[in-house]
Amino acid sequence: MSAAPPRTLFEKIWSRHQVTEQADGQSLLYVDQHLLQDGSAPAFEMLRGRGLKARAPQRALATPDHYIPTDSRDLSALPDPEKRAMAQALQTDTAAAGIRFFGLDDPRQGIIHVLAPEQGLSLPGALIVCGDSHTSTHGAMGALAFGIGAYEVAHVLATQTVWQRKPRTLRITIDGRLGAGVSAKDVILAIIARIGAGGATGHVIEYAGSTIRSLSMEGRLTVCNMSIEAGARAGMIAPDDTTFTWLSGRPEAPAGAQWDRLLPRWRQLPSDADAAFDREVSLRADDIAPMVTWGNSPEDALPIDAHVPDPASMADGTRRAAAERSLAYMGLTPGLALTDVKIDRVFIGSCTNGRVEDLRCAADVVRGRRVATGVEAWVVPGSNAVKLQAEAEGLDEVFRAAGFQWRFAGCSMCLATNGERVAPGQRCASTSNRNFVGRQGPGSRTHLMSPAMAAAAAVTGRLTDVRQLQVRR
Amino acid sequence: MRSFQRLDAALLPIDRPNVDTDQITPARFLQKPRSNDFGEYLFRDLRFDAHGAELAAFVLNQPAYRAAQILVAQDNFGCGSSREHAVWALCDHGIRAVVAPRFGDIFFGNAMKNGLLPIVLPAEVVRGLLDAALAAPGARAIIDLEAQTLSRPDGALHHFDIDARSRHCLLRGIDEIDYTLTQTGLIKAFERRLDADEAA
Repeated sequence: MSAAPPRTLFEKIWSRHQVTEQADGQSLLYVDQHLLQDGSAPAFEMLRGRGLKARAPQRALATPDHYIPTDSRDLSALPDPEKRAMAQALQTDTAAAGIRFFGLDDPRQGIIHVLAPEQGLSLPGALIVCGDSHTSTHGAMGALAFGIGAYEVAHVLATQTVWQRKPRTLRITIDGRLGAGVSAKDVILAIIARIGAGGATGHVIEYAGSTIRSLSMEGRLTVCNMSIEAGARAGMIAPDDTTFTWLSGRPEAPAGAQWDRLLPRWRQLPSDADAAFDREVSLRADDIAPMVTWGNSPEDALPIDAHVPDPASMADGTRRAAAERSLAYMGLTPGLALTDVKIDRVFIGSCTNGRVEDLRCAADVVRGRRVATGVEAWVVPGSNAVKLQAEAEGLDEVFRAAGFQWRFAGCSMCLATNGERVAPGQRCASTSNRNFVGRQGPGSRTHLMSPAMAAAAAVTGRLTDVRQLQVRR
Repeated sequence: MRSFQRLDAALLPIDRPNVDTDQITPARFLQKPRSNDFGEYLFRDLRFDAHGAELAAFVLNQPAYRAAQILVAQDNFGCGSSREHAVWALCDHGIRAVVAPRFGDIFFGNAMKNGLLPIVLPAEVVRGLLDAALAAPGARAIIDLEAQTLSRPDGALHHFDIDARSRHCLLRGIDEIDYTLTQTGLIKAFERRLDADEAA
């Protein structure tokens, strides 16, 4: 009798969710948890157009995050009727379909990728989809989670399944201790800088190693969130005691006998010791410094003590041309110290860095300081629960006293779908996930960084090495 | 879904890597109803200045490329956001196929489901197509999905891979949801196992 072949975390979840596999390698996968946000109107329209109903509405959850205002909870404050209609449609569509909806008046409302883990809805071993690319976030719980398009959202609503070609596996191992002022955001920016914005295309990443193991759940969620910025189908981290401790007792998490039944199963999920991955990459934690991006792709990330690169020094013509376009758009000159780059705006929030730990890190830098003259700085909590927790800890007062705006939960200026945008030509230190051309509004110039680094930029008015600022707790 | 069999059309060279879906359809148009012509939003901020005037340097504004239906781009085309609006904008403009060395995974799936054929070819072949299209605006190619080939008037012939089910659906214009609904028996059987397991 031969032992079962060793399998990865990914393979275990994949095979458990296979409804059928076709000869060409495409699999029909069953979806445990379908998350919906207020970009879902086209999908519900497709469903209606076909005369179909939601197959398993009890396996879905909806909340508005993209189109809602964050200066108030009053949807009518949105001047654009089409944007308003998107948020309203989610409420009426989910009501008609019998899908649970956390509206703006619900204390649980938030960015879907912050809300679902924090409520205990994203579980180890689950298959989770959402019509949003940052669904990779939930992989931090030891789930297989990936973003889908509008048509696929309609497909999941109609069939509770999704077709996928089996991705390859990539293990990224990071060992060692992170230095002071270096966070999960710096880890993922360093990874993307290393492997490229398309470096994990066609792969599911498993993050491993002592550095990942020692990250908090919030940090793991940040790392998995940006897997998509390396092109990965999904990112995941093996569930362990950190996961189980964090999950236990959350409002929607399994409890009692159900928890006792599931826990031993979850402990079987981590990749077997000798499981093979299609690719392996490794990094050392002590090589990672606080990172900032200078260009228009998340791969354009450098340590804060570096200088704006010189396209003329790039041998590869494609990279050179892309860098020249980026520098022109970003208004940067080659050789400029990154710490000499002045900023106009600060955005702390998003599904990447809108959790309470992120706000604590930023508050530690801000405490006792003032937002620099001429800088407009916002904190947008990732969820209402995050907002309430931060307020209970007095973090809102720290930010307000420094001159920050303390706002309501939502996606806000990460992608400006709700109209909250960075003005043309303005430069924003942002804890979000994408520095694409126009991402935070037409002509906006985004520099991605950690919450502590964004806080440091807010108080100095320029990109700043947070390690140079004394942190006050 | 619109079917795809054979296409003889001009090439549109987008000679850049990492073209993200924010570039293809900027976020400020995402709330527009699908009944709109999303072709108007295609590469909006590359095609037009802030006042709506055409930027002459962008390929799509050059007469020889306006009717092109085969977009060719560098690596990692369609990366970033899952917005299907990027595919709608390409389709509404008249693009029927996209050729690149690699695609964003979600974009790739979205394209297939909308009758837009994404073709992966080696980087050097794509470079050759870009160079041909840039050197001779209006340069053409023929795509034969049945044969899984892309050919050029000079006789160069490139084979591409596509999974059998997607090819089957594209060739016949079969809607994927309709296809999956024929598998409902399998889904029900899976759900029975799942319910039994959850009740255990």
